[in-house]
Amino acid sequence: MITVFKRPHPLSDVSNTYCPGCTHGIVHRLVAEVIEELGAEGDTIGVAPVGCSVVAYNFFEFDVQQAAHGRAPAVATGIKRVHPDKLVFTYQGDGDLAAIGTAETVHAAARGENISIIFINNAIYGMTGGQMAPTSLVGQVTQTTPYGRKIENQGYPIKVSEMLSTIEGAAYIERVSVDSIPNIKKTKAAIKKAFECQLDKKGFSLVEVLSSCPTNWGMEPSEALKWLRENMIKQYPLGVYCDKR
Amino acid sequence: MAVVTFNEDRCKGCGLCETVCPKQIVKTATDRTNVKGFHPAAVTNQAECIGCAFCAQICPDCVITVEK
Amino acid sequence: MAEKFLMKGNEAVAEAAIRSGCRYFFGYPITPQTELAAYMAKNMPKRGGVFLQAESEIAAINMVYGAAGAGARAMTGSSSPGISLKQEGISYIAGADLPCVIVNMARGGPGLGSIQGSQADYFQATKGGGHGDYHMLVFAPNSVQELVDMTARAFDKADEYRMPAMILGDGMLGQMMEPVEFFEPTEPDALPKKEWATDGTGMKRKKNIINSLYLESEILERLNIERYERYKRICEKEPLFEEINTEDAEIIIAAYGMSARIAASAADALRSEGVRVGIIRPITLWPFPSEIFARRAAYVKAFLCVEMSMGQMVEDVRLAVEGKCPVYFYGRTGGMTVEPDAVYKEVKRILELKTAGGI
Repeated sequence: MITVFKRPHPLSDVSNTYCPGCTHGIVHRLVAEVIEELGAEGDTIGVAPVGCSVVAYNFFEFDVQQAAHGRAPAVATGIKRVHPDKLVFTYQGDGDLAAIGTAETVHAAARGENISIIFINNAIYGMTGGQMAPTSLVGQVTQTTPYGRKIENQGYPIKVSEMLSTIEGAAYIERVSVDSIPNIKKTKAAIKKAFECQLDKKGFSLVEVLSSCPTNWGMEPSEALKWLRENMIKQYPLGVYCDKR
Repeated sequence: MAVVTFNEDRCKGCGLCETVCPKQIVKTATDRTNVKGFHPAAVTNQAECIGCAFCAQICPDCVITVEK
Repeated sequence: MAEKFLMKGNEAVAEAAIRSGCRYFFGYPITPQTELAAYMAKNMPKRGGVFLQAESEIAAINMVYGAAGAGARAMTGSSSPGISLKQEGISYIAGADLPCVIVNMARGGPGLGSIQGSQADYFQATKGGGHGDYHMLVFAPNSVQELVDMTARAFDKADEYRMPAMILGDGMLGQMMEPVEFFEPTEPDALPKKEWATDGTGMKRKKNIINSLYLESEILERLNIERYERYKRICEKEPLFEEINTEDAEIIIAAYGMSARIAASAADALRSEGVRVGIIRPITLWPFPSEIFARRAAYVKAFLCVEMSMGQMVEDVRLAVEGKCPVYFYGRTGGMTVEPDAVYKEVKRILELKTAGGI
């Protein structure tokens, strides 16, 4: 018998703290699979954000630093400047990256900082119980948009991949989704390209992963993926937005 | 013939594996609950399994191991 | 006789940092500190180091967090408003037990304030400007030479106690030029390896985690208490101060940094007239040298605390003196400089009060 599928070594053999059906767990495993395939586990340093994945340091077998809310790209910059030959990546949610951490993200890209960012876009603040995120859709009901997100009050959702693709320092930016098996495979491929872009010292890379939040969307896990397909992908078209590798 | 094993105590009963099995042989085992209090997923008819590992790929908790 | 250099304070502290094995400086322009960043920009690349101008003081302190957590000696510098922006990052650095050096060439405040030298950041530096129970080592040099020596000490003590250390200067100290001698440089690879750093497991060790989050409060309480036991040892072992003519003093001036130099001029004039005045100059503001104040309070008539603020260190002097004798305060604020003859008059006024049996 040959093993077709098993837990990748860089992913700790522990139960994670995510809600049932939360796609954070899938993306964690894909990151670990790519690091295993690149043989980079011993040279990887991750940076965890503030949000549901704040305790990501418990779920990986490599070194991790936990960063203040929004500051992961700056922390990663500090690490990368000390260890230019290590694989340094941040794992951030939409509040961490596109709200409080916008400046750090934009300037890491502008510097062409040789780091990779795994950006989980689930259009909501999960850890704090379902508030609006900068990527919440117009009309989306959340704890802080109880009447649905209104343009005249909360403005428009931010398209991060498109925004960052205009920055010259960005070398590779792709938006993917984990709503289906084919898209999960594409997500893994995109993460691999981003990490290889970094290891080849080509500059800043970011993978935006459309993800679900069953608990705070108030949906069954499979229903949440369906909602993602029908609503989020329209607002956030999948594809490569920048590739200067 | 493939063999799929579930680390049942890690399962949170989210049902995503069930939605992607091309052979429709992955179901929630309502006859038991795991240490977390969830009904774990399980393969109903192992003989029909083609070892595609779709169930394992969509599982957020790395519950499933697949051999062929 | 070692070679002497005529250097600005801002540049001397930068050179001292590089000679202390610091190869990572993350800065942001702000008067009156900017020459520090400019010196780093010019010299770090020549010394195999990294100078990076961050997008904000917030980003800069978090880059220091990352570099320090990765095992390197790292530094940032700013002035009062910029130091306020760094407070959250400093709390995280203290909470994650990371060593680093932060330079504050303080300026008039609050708000955008002014750009002249000031000492109004004493509370922020010594009482913890960020959230939670923590402290920083705070060194307050009052000459460009002492700035150099304290920078080297700050890096060593930060590493020894695994905590942030601040060099608290002011605009004057940063901008003035004085001759300085430098110590022999330490190369980074000569520094002891930090086993706890995130430099990659190399598949040879368990993972290292840099973190300050502990959702289980029992664990966080234990860690805080352990940290405070370390602080207790620091308070016993590390206070630094200078004393001038305090043995026979009837009144002692308490002052640090530039205020102490100005007060010294006043004290000299008073001594020449037979007034028995002394000076105690704290060099570490945290740990505060309480013990020497308590000892002198046994026999002096009064203390006069002189600061370029509305009075902040005066509170620590009063705590140390514990009511044994009155502690007066004289200060200027907003970036104004204390003047020698004002200190001179204040000492005379207090002594007249004392002889007239006022208090």
